[in-house]
Amino acid sequence: MKSTKIVDAKGLSCPMPIVRAKMAMDELQSGDILEVHTTDKGSQADLVAWADSGGHILEKELNEDDVFKFWIKKA
Amino acid sequence: MKLQSMNVETLAQKVMNQEPLFILDVRNEQAFSDWKIEGKSVENINVPYMTLLDGVDPLIEKLPKDKRIVVVCAKEGTSVFIGDMLVEAGLKDVHYLKGGMSSWSDHIEPVKIGDLSSGGEVYQFVRIGKGCLSYMIISNNEAIIIDPIRTIDPFIAFADKMNAKIIHVVDTHLHADHISGARNIREQTGATYWLPAQDAEEVTFSFEHLEEGRNDLTFNNSNVDIKIMYSPGHTIGSTSLIIDHTYFFTGDILFIDSIGRPDLAGEAGEWAFDLRSTLYNTYQDVAKEVTVLPAHFGTIEELNNNGSVAKTFDEILERNTSMNIKDTEQFHALVSENLPEQPNSFVDIRQTNMGKVTPTSEEQHEMEIGPNRCAING
Repeated sequence: MKSTKIVDAKGLSCPMPIVRAKMAMDELQSGDILEVHTTDKGSQADLVAWADSGGHILEKELNEDDVFKFWIKKA
Repeated sequence: MKLQSMNVETLAQKVMNQEPLFILDVRNEQAFSDWKIEGKSVENINVPYMTLLDGVDPLIEKLPKDKRIVVVCAKEGTSVFIGDMLVEAGLKDVHYLKGGMSSWSDHIEPVKIGDLSSGGEVYQFVRIGKGCLSYMIISNNEAIIIDPIRTIDPFIAFADKMNAKIIHVVDTHLHADHISGARNIREQTGATYWLPAQDAEEVTFSFEHLEEGRNDLTFNNSNVDIKIMYSPGHTIGSTSLIIDHTYFFTGDILFIDSIGRPDLAGEAGEWAFDLRSTLYNTYQDVAKEVTVLPAHFGTIEELNNNGSVAKTFDEILERNTSMNIKDTEQFHALVSENLPEQPNSFVDIRQTNMGKVTPTSEEQHEMEIGPNRCAING
């Protein structure tokens, strides 16, 4: 999946992964894909909840070597 | 005024003393609906922080102006973040919970339950965040611990303070919702570890068999009657204790307003018969004036005014609807159909309690976070 922008939030804990994702998303256009990488377990559910609350669509998520990766399409 | 911190000890005292508390929980909705801080005097609202990233203005009007507000999240970073925003917006009395729900999950408070007839006391350790109850019975400078939770420092410290040597540590059954602290207590104190053998077929360590008829689970320095009663149902080995003819330790078989679920080791159907027989036959021979001391509380409504969880057997027989189901089939349906969700990581927790796996301390902590879900409400 082609990402418009990647947020590297590895090593950061709550709330920073979501704060970074939000700031990056604010600069994107509707339909763009934001890719987020995080290592904070607690952030996984929060990212999904944040995407939901903004009407964005979670296109894909996977766990690679303890890095959680998300692809979120802007509403 | 700056953002202040509140530790879990202070919060637990306030909950147990029923002081009014206003909690703003900023975790996501799912986490909040799974498990939250509860208390008879607690007002708890959930506004996920993801909805506050553009500012807290929409939230301010929902908050009381004249009350202290305690902001809570999973660990603490997010509640500091939101707390600072609230202070900047002009709120005067804002605290964040130090260590968040993660610390809340581990915190325990000792409460005295009563005295022993020949001298000595019974204490209950209330793990208020998760609903686990552990016990310490002290007599003549010796202590017996029942169903200790994973974090054992409070037990060791309390026994020290009471000048008592821990001589026995008992698990009434192989726990599925939390990691037992019993083996660690044995390692640190040399206490004898007791566990029902039928729950322990796969365990990798040695232990004394907790079984009816044994008379060597006793204090050395005093003569306190300890009766061991086989009471299967939650697990095949579940065993109850009656101490000093007065204190009835029911483990995960009978709670205040609910009963144990029989499905956490994958045997719901068969164990439902055992559970019925234990509750409706074996237990019926126990004196009605004993005090029931379970290994869990289900809801905060079960706490007494002093923060303890204990009721006479009589009172439980009256108020607990699961103890009043005449029809056997109806009982079976209750305990084997439409059961609530199982506890977080219960398979891994059982493996850990059998000694088959040894997660790191951080992993053990993570496995346990969340509600206990050991009970079925009739």
